[in-house]
Amino acid sequence: MLITYLLDLLYLIAAITFVVGLKQLSHPDTARRGNQLAAIGMALAVLGTLLMHPAAPSSDSSARTLKLALLYTALGLGGFIGWRAAYKVKMTAMPQMVSLFNGLGGGCAALLAIAEMKLQYIQHHPTATGMILVLFTMFFGAVSLTGSLLAYAKLEDLVKDSAITLPRHGLVNMILVFIILGLIGYTVWGAGDAGLTWGLILFAVALLYGFSFVAPIGGADMPVVISVLNSCTGLTAAAAGIIYDNLIMLVGGILVGASGSILTILMCKAMNRSLTNVLVGNFGGGGATATGKTAGDQTVKEINLTDAAVLLNYSQSVAIVPGYGLAVAQAQKICKELDDLLESNGVEVRYAIHPVAGRMPGHMNVLLAEADVPYNKLFDLEEANEFLAKTDVVVVVGANDVVNPAAKDDPSSPIYGMPVLEVWEAKNVIVMKRSMKSGYAGIENDLFYHPKTKMLFGDAKDTLIKLSSEVKAL
Amino acid sequence: MEAILQFLHDNLLMVYLLIFSILLGIEVISKVPAVLHTPLMSGANAIHGVVLVGAIIVLFQARADDYWSLSVGFVAVVFGTLNVVGGFAVTDRMLEMFKKKKK
Repeated sequence: MLITYLLDLLYLIAAITFVVGLKQLSHPDTARRGNQLAAIGMALAVLGTLLMHPAAPSSDSSARTLKLALLYTALGLGGFIGWRAAYKVKMTAMPQMVSLFNGLGGGCAALLAIAEMKLQYIQHHPTATGMILVLFTMFFGAVSLTGSLLAYAKLEDLVKDSAITLPRHGLVNMILVFIILGLIGYTVWGAGDAGLTWGLILFAVALLYGFSFVAPIGGADMPVVISVLNSCTGLTAAAAGIIYDNLIMLVGGILVGASGSILTILMCKAMNRSLTNVLVGNFGGGGATATGKTAGDQTVKEINLTDAAVLLNYSQSVAIVPGYGLAVAQAQKICKELDDLLESNGVEVRYAIHPVAGRMPGHMNVLLAEADVPYNKLFDLEEANEFLAKTDVVVVVGANDVVNPAAKDDPSSPIYGMPVLEVWEAKNVIVMKRSMKSGYAGIENDLFYHPKTKMLFGDAKDTLIKLSSEVKAL
Repeated sequence: MEAILQFLHDNLLMVYLLIFSILLGIEVISKVPAVLHTPLMSGANAIHGVVLVGAIIVLFQARADDYWSLSVGFVAVVFGTLNVVGGFAVTDRMLEMFKKKKK
């Protein structure tokens, strides 16, 4: 008996670490400590469950060896792969990794719901509320699993949006929702002892729905989708906590569910879009036609490396606008080199970072920090827009949609209203780009045709290396 | 309806806890700078890995001759562990970079 009390105490401590950890995670100075604190709490909760949970097989039972062997193998396997994956993944691929881990958490919840459902049907006929909880956990877990996997595939560029989107996809999703609601109703109240089979059918449909739910949403919106699915998994963990009368699962799950929802809303705000708009309206698809008027008949001005180097070296202030292109080319360190060179020649270099630069809010800050760019040189959208007008040269490296003037002055553009970096206010703009291809959102960018803009074509890393050596040679 | 009310009555403390946790979760997060959105999402992602506790209980409860449930539980534990370990490790890696800046 005493040992169960001890487990309760461990769960309580873990719950406190989760709350304090999350709180610390929301401040830059304490974030790392917060994460470690939550990790310690999690370790306590898991170890406590392993050693002290009342459901653990007693020492004289014959099943003990088998179950413990299975358990430790599973923990070892998951731990090893998880650890390796987390340390091997490139910083640029971080968002899809988070998505993948989230999906697996959802999968875990869905599977435990299936096992629990079977157990309930073996022991006794389950109550309606009990069944609803189990089906709720299973549904959201399954949606989170396939949805996250698809988000992962989209961010890795493994699938094309158009290849998996059906005509009238919104309607298809609606129908699926009705089928699912019907299935839940029938399984709980109508199916009787056949409920187990119907529950499994529901599981299959839920898997399909997760996939179908994410399919029509554009790649640029994946961070929001991941955040939504993240809170979904939180809710499933909480529901599972109710099923097992387990407080740590309930508290942990609900905390994530609630904070994940807020985070989703904050992200949408950073992009100036509503959540419904992200989840229902499709972004990018219709955009190409809406802004078709700009393409074709306008000319772009190119600049060569030497001229660019001279322009940069003899200016007072330079602002760098990094985008995902910089990250993909792994050019952060070269960028920092160029920055150092210019600084040593008395040029002030600052970085203007759009909240959604990279592929997730805050992603770019992480990438630049990796290259040792000091914190005080990074400026967010509002600060940057204040100094951009007074800046001599703005260098846009692999960014596109976040510097698109259409967001400010073209109401027909799908990104109209999104806050952007007003780089065209600066005296000169150099845009480094691989080609004239449109950005992640698939929208034309007038900035490239702007009178102040000069294009420097090529791979971001390559161009930056050459540019650095040109500056050195001056 | 009666079942729902009955459920509410039987789990009253649970429901209170649920509501306060929701409010707490919202309160804790509401003032986070955009810089930390990614690490925070990743950290929260690791925390919902607590569902692993449930997966362990499932494996405990399964009957020793019920291979179907045992395998389901096994896979669930693997998934849950991946979520927890990978989630915390990835978050730590991201946040490690924030620390470097301060030198």
